[in-house]
Amino acid sequence: MTGAVARLPAAARAIVDGDRRVLARTITAVENGDPSADRVVRSLYARSGAAPVVGITGPLGVGKSSLVNALVGRLRALGQTVGVVGVDPSSPFTGGSVLGDRIRLERRADDTGVFFRSMASRGAAGGVAAATREVSRLLDAAGFDVILVETVGSGQVDVAIRDIASTSIVVVVPHLGDEVQTLKAGLFEIADIFCVNKVDLPGAELAKRDLAELVTLGGRPSGWAPPIVGTSAIEPTVGIDDLWNDVLAHEKFLDDSGERSQGERRRLSSEIVGLARDRIGRELMERLRQDPALRRLLDDVVARRIDPRTAADRLVRHRRRTP
Amino acid sequence: MPKAHAPRQAPIRVLIAKPGLDGHDRGAKVVARALRDAGMEVIYAGLRQTPEEIVRAALEEDVDLIGLSILSGAHMALFPRILALLKEQGGQTIPVFAGGIIPDEDARRLKKAGIRAIFGPGTSLEEIVTTAQSLARRSA
Repeated sequence: MTGAVARLPAAARAIVDGDRRVLARTITAVENGDPSADRVVRSLYARSGAAPVVGITGPLGVGKSSLVNALVGRLRALGQTVGVVGVDPSSPFTGGSVLGDRIRLERRADDTGVFFRSMASRGAAGGVAAATREVSRLLDAAGFDVILVETVGSGQVDVAIRDIASTSIVVVVPHLGDEVQTLKAGLFEIADIFCVNKVDLPGAELAKRDLAELVTLGGRPSGWAPPIVGTSAIEPTVGIDDLWNDVLAHEKFLDDSGERSQGERRRLSSEIVGLARDRIGRELMERLRQDPALRRLLDDVVARRIDPRTAADRLVRHRRRTP
Repeated sequence: MPKAHAPRQAPIRVLIAKPGLDGHDRGAKVVARALRDAGMEVIYAGLRQTPEEIVRAALEEDVDLIGLSILSGAHMALFPRILALLKEQGGQTIPVFAGGIIPDEDARRLKKAGIRAIFGPGTSLEEIVTTAQSLARRSA
C-alpha cells in the first residue's frame, strides 16, 4: 500500500518499530473499548495476516498453559518470535478474574522475542474475549512470527477460537470420557489437530485410539484429516516437535487447498457483520431510550398492548424513516 | 449494546508476584482471591520471580498496580531493585504495595524508597482491597 507507512499514527508506528510499552498500552485500550485505540487498530490491519495464529483449546486442567510454554520454547529454538494471548474467565458475579496462564511461562526475562499477554474473558462466551481477535492481530502487526492464543478452559460448545485461529489445536488428556464424547457436536468438530497431553499417563493409548476412530468416521469438510499427537509438556517434553510440525503441515494445507482464503472470508464476514450489528444495536438502544414516541412504544409492550415482535418492526421502520 | 454485566469502567489490573526464594504463597493467593472478588483482574505470576521477571510482566500486562508478597527476609535487597528497574523501564508511575514479614524499621525505609503500602500479618482483607483500589485510582 503506497503511502500507508507515512500515514501511520505515531502509536502504530511505535508498535511496528517494536515498542513493547506502546503495544501493551494499546492492547489495554482495545480491551477497554477506548476510542484512542481506534485509529491504531484500523491502520495496522493492513500489516497483519502474515503470522499463523494457533489456537490452543480444551477443557480446564489438560495442560494448555504448559503446552504453550513448551511451544514457545520450541519456536524460540527455531529462531521464531512469538506473541501469546492467554485468556482466563471473568467472574459473572464480580467481573473480577485471576489470570494464571503466565505462571507456566518459563523465565525469559531478557528475551524480547516473546510477548505474553493475559486477558480476562469479560463476559464473552465461547472461550475467548471480545478483544482477543484484534489483540492477536496487533501482535501480528507488531511483527511476531507466530501468534499463540490460549482459550479459557473450554466446555463442549466453546468454539469461538475457530473465528480467530488459522490452526486450532484441541487438547485432551487420558480418561476424559469414552469414545461417545468424541462424537458429540462442538469442541471436537473444530480440531485441526488433536493433542493428547500428559501422554505418560495410563490410558493415553486408548484416548489416541478413540480420536483416531473419530477421524476415520470422516475428517473436516475441507478434506483435512486432523492428526493426533501425544505430548508431554513438562521437561523432558515429548512430542512438541511433532505438534509444531503438524501445525506447519496444516498451515501448508490451508495454502495449497485454497482453504485459507475461504476461511478468511468466512471469519472476516462474521467479524464485519458482528461489528456492524454492535453499532446498530447500540444505536437502536439509544433511540429506544431517547425518542419519546419509542419510549411510549416500550410502555405499550410492558402493558401487553403490543407484542415485542411488532415493536421491533416499528423500531426498524423508525430507523429507516429517520436515519 | 453493552452487556448487562459488563463493568462500567475498565477493571483494575494488578500483578501479584512473589519475588525471591521462599515457597509460601498462601498469603499471595488469599490476597489474589480477595482482589478478584473486588472485581479486579489479577495476573498471578506465582513463586520465585526475579525482579527482572516481575517488571517485565508488569509492563507487558500493562498493570495499574503491583503487589509483592515476601516471607524470606530478602525484601531490602529485592524491593529496591524492582523499583529501580521499573524506573529504568518507564514504569515508575505503577504503584507497588507489599505484604509479608517485614520489620517496622525496614517498612519505614521501604516506604521512603517508594513502596506505597506495606501490610503485615493480621491485616484485614478489606484494608488491603481498599488501599489497592485507592492506589490504582490515584495512579490512573
